[in-house]
Amino acid sequence: MSQHTAHIEEHRDDEASKLGMWLFIFTELLLFGGLFLVYSIFRMQYPVEFRECSLELSVTIGAINTVVLLFSSMTVAMSMTAIQKNDMKKALLYIGVTLFCAAIFLVNKYFEWSGKFHHGLYPGSELMTHLDRGHHLYFSLYFFMTGLHALHIIIGMTLLFVCYFKVRKNTIHSQDYVLLENSALYWHLVDLIWIFLFPLMYLIS
Amino acid sequence: MANNTTHTIEYQSLSKTLLILLFLTFVTISIASVQLGAFTLAVALLIACVKSFIVLSHFMHLKYESLLLRILVAMVFVLFALIVAITFIDYAFR
Amino acid sequence: MSNVSANSEYVSYLDHQGKYKGIMSWIMATDHKRIALLYMYSIMTFFIIGVVLGIMMKLEMLTPGETIMKAKMYNSVFTLHGILMIFMVVIPGLSAVFGNFFLPIHIGAKDVSFPKLNRFSWWIFVVGSIMAVLSQVLKDGPPDTGWTFYAPYSTTTSSNVIMATAAAFVLGFSSILTGLNFIVTIHQLRAPGMKFFNMPLFPWALYATAWIQLLATPVIGITLLMLIAERAFHIGFFDPALGGDPLLFQHLFWIYSHPAVYVMMLPAMGVITEIIPTFCQRQIYGYKAVAVSSLAIAGVGFLVWGHHMYTSGMSDTARWFFSLLTFIVAVPSAIKVFNWITTMYKGSIDVKPPFLYALAFIFLFIIGGTTGLLLGSVATNVQVHDTSFVVAHFHYIIFGGMGFAFFAAIHYWLPKMYGKMYDFKMANIGLVINFIGFNLLYFPQFIIGIQGMPRRYFDYPAKFQPAQLVSSIGGFILVTGLIIMIYTLVKGARKGAPAPANPWRGSTLEWQIPSPPSVENFDEEPVIKENPYDYK
Repeated sequence: MSQHTAHIEEHRDDEASKLGMWLFIFTELLLFGGLFLVYSIFRMQYPVEFRECSLELSVTIGAINTVVLLFSSMTVAMSMTAIQKNDMKKALLYIGVTLFCAAIFLVNKYFEWSGKFHHGLYPGSELMTHLDRGHHLYFSLYFFMTGLHALHIIIGMTLLFVCYFKVRKNTIHSQDYVLLENSALYWHLVDLIWIFLFPLMYLIS
Repeated sequence: MANNTTHTIEYQSLSKTLLILLFLTFVTISIASVQLGAFTLAVALLIACVKSFIVLSHFMHLKYESLLLRILVAMVFVLFALIVAITFIDYAFR
Repeated sequence: MSNVSANSEYVSYLDHQGKYKGIMSWIMATDHKRIALLYMYSIMTFFIIGVVLGIMMKLEMLTPGETIMKAKMYNSVFTLHGILMIFMVVIPGLSAVFGNFFLPIHIGAKDVSFPKLNRFSWWIFVVGSIMAVLSQVLKDGPPDTGWTFYAPYSTTTSSNVIMATAAAFVLGFSSILTGLNFIVTIHQLRAPGMKFFNMPLFPWALYATAWIQLLATPVIGITLLMLIAERAFHIGFFDPALGGDPLLFQHLFWIYSHPAVYVMMLPAMGVITEIIPTFCQRQIYGYKAVAVSSLAIAGVGFLVWGHHMYTSGMSDTARWFFSLLTFIVAVPSAIKVFNWITTMYKGSIDVKPPFLYALAFIFLFIIGGTTGLLLGSVATNVQVHDTSFVVAHFHYIIFGGMGFAFFAAIHYWLPKMYGKMYDFKMANIGLVINFIGFNLLYFPQFIIGIQGMPRRYFDYPAKFQPAQLVSSIGGFILVTGLIIMIYTLVKGARKGAPAPANPWRGSTLEWQIPSPPSVENFDEEPVIKENPYDYK
């Protein structure tokens, strides 16, 4: 940093941006951490009820979504590789595939949720309020946790959309790709949370 | 001041990582139907931890980051584990 | 802006002409010093409102029974007093005002790492504050839960809890972003040659604080979101009628709110650690112990939340465990007090207002801290839980500690921030009145607390009348002192005599540059000393 550099506004520090993104990811981890804490307490108290409720969920849809998210995590990582190698076409392709996977995930989620809604099972519904404690807690957690996770999917998609157009406009390129790197980190975070959500929600024995 | 220090990971290595993750997912699903009693949850969580470790180190490039960042990430998980453990000191001994 | 180069003519950050003019040059400012002043003006505004609410409570407590308001109104007043003072004054207080202003200067940087994010933090701070104000005037009526929002009352009361919790959520976001900015700044922007252990101790304190802001605030974020979901969609988490567990709310709430106490206190301790060496012209005693104790407080502070819940029905094992940890967290705080006092030994002490405020801080903090240990041990806590003893304790810590440290900081740094000096005599008068008023206001509450006066009650038996009267009189004295202090400072900042660059003969970097600083802080490369408190 020489004395003659312009004011800090125009100063670029990718290391700082990346560290900042990691710190933001820490806050997200603790945000979901609080939820996992609540989950673990209630599961300890109502193991049987949680088991019964999990049978209401389709392991197939959950498994498909897991595979889709893992795959999209790989493609977004590949888009980074492509950018670093200055291969813009491939980078665009991989970001596009990631966005497509995210869309599949959300569509699956939509069908899953609307199935529940169809059976009258949604927060505040007649059926839900008549459930006993353990069942009510499970579905409360189910809707809240997967809902918040889906919200994060949407935020991640928005970030990747921005990256897609920036790559096309060549404002993200092999010399300046920290935005893509940070968006990819965010996307992996979404995947990371799902890695825990899937066995804890769908696979209770 | 172009200071992109990120290590480039080859496509092949990424797809190998994916294969391992998919395999672990398969294991999680298949052992869920086997009755292991209390161990089922432990095994499921253990596998989830291994998977997240792989995602963190490979997909999120942590393997190639500075020691400082790796320590910070570990610290966050340790802190969370401590908070959960201490909360359970209350609930487990009521 | 880019034509400001080395050795060009000095222009203070207050007079600098940027892209924007007039009021916009403040709202759109990315300069950490201007943002610091913005925070200070907003925080002082909320502080004054909070004080007015406090005085209203003292008027109500002047006599037994209804004095000036009804019970329901009293509930709303202490709730708003708590929300304002905690979320909008003391939590952002020192780190957002003096941290923003002096962190970059202390480490020899031109600004924080993300200036635009810094500006954004202030914006959402303002949005959150507006939401908090709205929660008071919207049609469901002001929230009456206390600032702790304990379930299940908060999930069932008809008052406007959703808006108030959403406000706390937004304010938390602002706090997170400030913390994030500071951590990255300290890691990335230290001037060449400044290692972690060459930093002054104020940045050390801010660093520890920032970690708490970053890691604890999300927990309250998710808790408040759950509370909102519970009210809005009847999702069950905390309300037993919906299958939930109210104790879990208390756990989650204090997992954040106990560390939040250290968000208030650590920068306060950092300020005192700056002031004492300067006015004693002496190297701080045990630099590394003070630096590391900040981190220790932050670390252990995460694990003691349960001492707010001893009477809640928590397991006995958890109660002794939290009690043990509480005693451990007192150790690093005591180390700091010990080091401040030892620093004074054989120093050439210059008795100026900032130093006197620092002394007042130490006195009040020792009372607050030791009564904290009383509350931290289960047996005595059960006796005084939710009495005015607790109220007295945390006001000694938060107001006597953080508040007086804020006053100390503003008396210490005002000449640097505005380039003007205030009237020492008036400042000393204000200090003495504040100190007397403060002790009269809160000390009686320790006594009646032990005798069984509950907190948050708008009525009391006649036997508490004398103590309540003394307390109320103390409140009026304190307000008089505050008025004198604020008047002196405002007059000083506006019309005071020009301040020299280094009025206190301080040794840290902010005293090497002109008062007020230029936009870029350092027009010449700063001289980094190996020891920031080198007075020989």
